Amino acid sequence: MAEYTLKLRRYDPQAGDAPYYEEFQVDLEPHRSVLEAILKVKAEQDGSVGIRCSCRAAICGSCGVRINGRPGLACHTHLDKAAKTGVNADGTTILVEPMGNMPVIKDLIVDMDAVHWKKIQRVTPWLINKQPVPEREYVVPHENMVDVTQTMACIQCGACVSDCLSMEVDPEFVGPAASAKAYRFVGDPRDAEQYERLKDLAEDPHGIYDCTHCFTCIDACPKGVAPMSQIMRLRRVATNDHHIVDRNNGERHERAFVSLIRGYGLLHEAELLPRSYGGDSWFGKFHPAAGQQLLESLPVLARGLATGKFTPRKAIFGHRIAKADLKAVQAIYDKVESKPRRYELNLYISGYEDDDETAVPAPSESESA
Amino acid sequence: MPAHDVLIIGAGLAGQRAALAAADAGASVAIISKVHPVRSHSVAAAGGINAALNPEDSWESHAFDTVKGSDYLGDQDAIEIMCREAPDEILWLEHAGVTFHRNGTGHLGTRAFGGASQARTYYVADITGQAILHVLYERLMMHGERISRYEEWFTTTLLQDDTGACVGCVARDIRTGALEVFDAKSVILASGGAGQAFKPTTNALICTGDGIAQAYRIGAPLMDMEMIQYHPTTLAENGFLITEGARGEGAHLYNALGERFMEKYAPNKLELASRDVVSRAEQTEINEGRGFPDGTIALDITKVPRKRTLEALREIVNIGKDFAGVDITREPIHIKPGMHYIMGGVKTDFDGQTPVPGLYAAGEVACVSVHGGNRLGANSLLDTLIFGRRSGEHAAGRARGVAMPRSSPGVLTDAQGEIDDILNRPTGGRRISEIKTELGETMNRYVAVYRDAEGLATALEIVQRLKQEAPNAAIDDKGTVFNQDVLAAIELGYMLDVAEAIVVAAQERRESRGAQFRTDYPERNDAEWLHHITVSLNGDGPDLGTAPVTMTRWEPQERTY
Repeated sequence: MAEYTLKLRRYDPQAGDAPYYEEFQVDLEPHRSVLEAILKVKAEQDGSVGIRCSCRAAICGSCGVRINGRPGLACHTHLDKAAKTGVNADGTTILVEPMGNMPVIKDLIVDMDAVHWKKIQRVTPWLINKQPVPEREYVVPHENMVDVTQTMACIQCGACVSDCLSMEVDPEFVGPAASAKAYRFVGDPRDAEQYERLKDLAEDPHGIYDCTHCFTCIDACPKGVAPMSQIMRLRRVATNDHHIVDRNNGERHERAFVSLIRGYGLLHEAELLPRSYGGDSWFGKFHPAAGQQLLESLPVLARGLATGKFTPRKAIFGHRIAKADLKAVQAIYDKVESKPRRYELNLYISGYEDDDETAVPAPSESESA
Repeated sequence: MPAHDVLIIGAGLAGQRAALAAADAGASVAIISKVHPVRSHSVAAAGGINAALNPEDSWESHAFDTVKGSDYLGDQDAIEIMCREAPDEILWLEHAGVTFHRNGTGHLGTRAFGGASQARTYYVADITGQAILHVLYERLMMHGERISRYEEWFTTTLLQDDTGACVGCVARDIRTGALEVFDAKSVILASGGAGQAFKPTTNALICTGDGIAQAYRIGAPLMDMEMIQYHPTTLAENGFLITEGARGEGAHLYNALGERFMEKYAPNKLELASRDVVSRAEQTEINEGRGFPDGTIALDITKVPRKRTLEALREIVNIGKDFAGVDITREPIHIKPGMHYIMGGVKTDFDGQTPVPGLYAAGEVACVSVHGGNRLGANSLLDTLIFGRRSGEHAAGRARGVAMPRSSPGVLTDAQGEIDDILNRPTGGRRISEIKTELGETMNRYVAVYRDAEGLATALEIVQRLKQEAPNAAIDDKGTVFNQDVLAAIELGYMLDVAEAIVVAAQERRESRGAQFRTDYPERNDAEWLHHITVSLNGDGPDLGTAPVTMTRWEPQERTY
């Protein structure tokens, strides 16, 4: 047994008071979960503490919260680990707060309908059957079904939505969970409207190109769904397979990244913007939209120059790296591009963590593009 | 005041399937659930769903396995319907979008499961229930205009008209505390089991027997309540489920002496004998001192190729890692039998109709009875879907022939009065959690794998005392927004009613059959006990009755695996 201080963010909408923090002392073995500690508080000290919970085993997705500032399931987080991670980590205090990006209803309970489920609804979340529907089952490769199992494994807990940085900036962003849901259909060979789904999410200014690759959702997900990876896969399928060139310039922006790194070995930031608008060549900067974007970026550029973040020389010539290093980078491109099939990371197929026996090679370069 | 042709209470697989079927049949439908539908406990069903879909398989074989698994207490007409309709249901699910795993040729793949003579379990890794539940919810969203969803609404009372027919319910909006009357021509209970009456249990915290008790309280008889399934592989510490899929994929059981003891108890099927047999074998090993010091048995999943485990049993890889600190691909994990499922429930016919007109039940809340004395693994998902659909269709048909009932405003006042009584309870009573824990531990001690008259009498005495204490149990929360205390107080009452019915039925059945093993009556006794036991509410207490077992083509035989 160990003594933990559970510091809960309380909010009672009826009291008319601002949210406040309340501490409870809980005696539990360190490997017990944060949810067990909260339930112990409810059972023995204060039954009015509000938290959704049901299965206790990370399957129902009810108990998404923030623990010491990090999103996750209360039932899936051990007390000892919780007390040692994140903000205020002193080994005994565990701060539990409601998830972010969603309005709080009471204590640790948030309004998922207002945000999470609305976004799920946004991606036409049902199978649109390829016609004709066969009399028996659709005959499809085992690999495809195992592949979409990763996104089927999503339990809709909202942990990824809670801390999505893009959503913080743009609340309209479709977000990680709904994007993963979209991949569940895009990756499903029985669906008839892969192109329409991708076109829709690529053209939407709050769609797949609104993600900034911060990896927060991958860290947050308790089920290994890796929502950001699913967003990247949606982009790869949209661009490589369906050749969707979107009005958000997402496709061209990615292409610019890829070509610049192939050419310079490192990102040539000053070229990135012009090429994103004007196409994948040095002349891109003469595109009118690129010019306008450059003008709009002048204050940023001025600040960058003033603080020495970049120099005129770097802006014009880009970074230089040793020739051997550049060759090594380009060799990666050659190797990846020579593969008959695109590398895709999938938890169910590749195994996990230190699993060498079944590991597949590293993901494609476009993962980081 | 909402009024619908068909009102469904509970939004797990049975409820959602019923809603889709009723809407397809043209009815206006409402589905109420105390949790968001995807939180329903169907989500935890891991291993798969049975159907004789392969050309080499036959529904007769599936039905016989089910009859034998039930220890001949299942109704064979209902079992025939379930097994005949299973293949089409699988294909319906497949077309609806369930991502069933395939075999090498891209057709639906199967895995082996307990008590089955063929590999006929269709699956999605080991998240089959989750995959089906989420896909059905996709369909509910698709049909959002035809199916009204009331998510996070708690049903407090079923309503009856003057003739005794069920005409709706009163439910509380958990978010606001507001009560609402739902009028309906047909009402389908699909609110699941009552595993929380036991501690530990594999069941979720929401499985508190609400529907069983609600139906019982308005006069619907319960059936087969003594039949409680203990699952052979649950984690010792917290009761979490390790799917039977593990043994289906090839895992073995060992006692502390390293013996593969199932060779003794089920020489042919070994670990894949039916669940009552395996659980009893484990409990015998443990009781006779051949278990591990913590009262457990070892489940060795390292027999399964590691890649296969990672692909097909990922969820239990996670459970092992997160909740037991064990890498199941490298070392055995310690398990023991744990309360898992209630074969019994509200007595229905095979269209889900209960003896109360207008009231249907489907899924774990119901007892058709297709599981009899022991449910086969991967038959419960099938049960929920087949009888959920049949209930939905039949309830929609019934609704076409009756007028929309109008309940009197008085029912709302009564329901509010009951809530107010709970809110106004004086402090100082026992805490709800204490009573619940005592109930759960009592049931798990005396009404478990092995039972006897003395233990059952003790259990009944305790349950009846707890029933006296429960109405005075103190609550802390006096608010209206997400007042989980009030709900817990109501749920405690439901669990106690269900527990009492379980204990009296177990006392009544003086033989050993299926999940009921009486050490004082260790033999199956077909001459006297080849019938169902029913429990009905009479005044304040349970009344026992019997119902015949329907036999169509399979005469009782000795049951060996």
